[in-house]
Amino acid sequence: MPERTGVEVRLENLQRRYGAVVALDDLSLTIAPGELVALLGPSGCGKTTALRLLAGLEDADGGRVVIGGEDVTGLPANRRNIGMVFQAYSLFPHMVAWENVAFGLQMRGVGLAERKKRAIDVLELVGLSRFANRYASQMSGGQQQRVALARALAISPQVLLLDEPLSALDAKVRSRLRDEIRRIQLEVGITTLFVTHDQEEALAIADRVGVMQSGRLEQLGPPMTVYSRPATPFVADFVGLTNRIQGTVSRGSVDVRGATIPLVDSSVPDGPATALVRPEAVSLVGNGEAQEGPLIGTVIAVAFLGATSRVTVDLGDITVLAQLPTSAAAEHPAGTRVKLALRPDPVLVDSHN
Amino acid sequence: MAAVRRGVQGTRRLKLQVFRIIVFVAAGLFFLVPIGAMVEFSTRGVGDQPRTLAAWQSIGTYPDLVAAITASLELAAITTIAMLVLLVPTMVWVRLKLPRLNPIIEFICLLPLTIPAIVLVVGLFPIYNWMGTNFSDSILTLSIAYVVLVLPYDYRSLEAGLAAIDVKTLTEAARSLGAGWFTVMWRIIVPNISSAILNSAFLSVALVLGEYTIANNLLYNNLQVEIAMLGRANAGVSIAVAVASLLFAFGVLVLLSFFNRGRGRLQLVELQQVMRTERG
Repeated sequence: MPERTGVEVRLENLQRRYGAVVALDDLSLTIAPGELVALLGPSGCGKTTALRLLAGLEDADGGRVVIGGEDVTGLPANRRNIGMVFQAYSLFPHMVAWENVAFGLQMRGVGLAERKKRAIDVLELVGLSRFANRYASQMSGGQQQRVALARALAISPQVLLLDEPLSALDAKVRSRLRDEIRRIQLEVGITTLFVTHDQEEALAIADRVGVMQSGRLEQLGPPMTVYSRPATPFVADFVGLTNRIQGTVSRGSVDVRGATIPLVDSSVPDGPATALVRPEAVSLVGNGEAQEGPLIGTVIAVAFLGATSRVTVDLGDITVLAQLPTSAAAEHPAGTRVKLALRPDPVLVDSHN
Repeated sequence: MAAVRRGVQGTRRLKLQVFRIIVFVAAGLFFLVPIGAMVEFSTRGVGDQPRTLAAWQSIGTYPDLVAAITASLELAAITTIAMLVLLVPTMVWVRLKLPRLNPIIEFICLLPLTIPAIVLVVGLFPIYNWMGTNFSDSILTLSIAYVVLVLPYDYRSLEAGLAAIDVKTLTEAARSLGAGWFTVMWRIIVPNISSAILNSAFLSVALVLGEYTIANNLLYNNLQVEIAMLGRANAGVSIAVAVASLLFAFGVLVLLSFFNRGRGRLQLVELQQVMRTERG
């Protein structure tokens, strides 16, 4: 069984360019010992580059990588004590599962009997000891990724790096394996960087989520904070669904179609702006038949999501999404006139429109 | 209705089976008749004398021929090893670090295919002349020219092998687990392209054992040059050696196909196991 090996990881002012493209623009990030940080962002935002620089698979143009207080910026990948799980299936096809898991131990000079025993122990941790003698081609995608996780953990690394390890799996397996990764990470207590473009995955698994754009960290914080108090319009747009509604900022609040909502950042100058309102902050407060007004409209679609439903309401000039309990949404089928209310949760505004 | 359909399918299967047998027999005859004729010729007795293996038995009594066979086998081994040592790491490195150079490497490797051997000789002659004076005039120096000669065929074979695996991810996975570059090559890449390496090795051996133009024009006596020379003095022995070298190449091919068939069966078993796992 791997030991508890959590150490602090610091990325300091990392820079990386590919020709004219800036992949990382002065990125700084500190991960506490045993913490799981998820880097979230669209394709090309630099999250995978950050992970690869931390792994030593690429060289930084500037900045430092510090693991457990030691500057490892100049060390090649094979001399950093890092476990990594890749997006693509990466098991060595000519080795069975236990040989894959034992490979890193062999590189560290552990004897055959000892490394086989330790490999089986780690396979037990991921629930696959009975598949120890199977080749990658004899396992499903989910099983292969669990063996890859076992292989990364077997060497008792200081840091675990997960590069979109679930993206090739189907939804059900993905959700199960996601929970399993978190369970194992907490059990082993290893410092972990998880890179994903799936916001649900990041919010569900991480202690803190970092949202990246154009090589920069837009916001880093607990999942709840990132979701409910996005630091920038990009974060608000990228994490969760957002209604963009025109309004007017005045003295620390924004007037949106007759409703006054406080601002997250009260220093925004007065004037026209776009308020970013979450669907769950929009509710349907009654029948809008024979009424007119800025928040009265017609339901044009109801999407059933399980316990909740997402209702799309046409207000004439814009459409607004409202997320409601399914029982409440059922009272307003498509075609009915409804009146909306906006909950006065602090919102972010985008004044660059 | 179902019986009629079964009847039609049965007739179609039978026709297909007959067609396969005809193609198999025709292809077999195409290959075996010339070899049979060569065997017949090499065992023909003089005048009215009965069949004899004298020509085959006398192969070993021609010192020049034995030397040429030895030299050709050595050339085949050196060329194969030199080509693999040169090509495999280069192709892996280009894939990993310089993928933009891939078209250039491909162009360079395929270039010898477009240059006739006789033209190659014209270019190689001054180099061999210089080497003969300043370095060595051993026949084994022919392996330098042969590495160039086999490059296009071996490149294609290795390229297919490397395309079948995710070289970048496997390499990075091994590196992150503590493997150095040599270990990555030897323990990870080579075992996963072993079929491609065997294929290219076979191609190298076959090409070197059958090469005549370069050796003859650079005035070296390899197997084919010796066979041609012997043909003028003793046609029976010359044909016997030609058949023997063909059988040798055929033997290598059969070994290779058995190895690949073994892998194919293994993959089928693996597929069945995965399907059982998924169902379970």
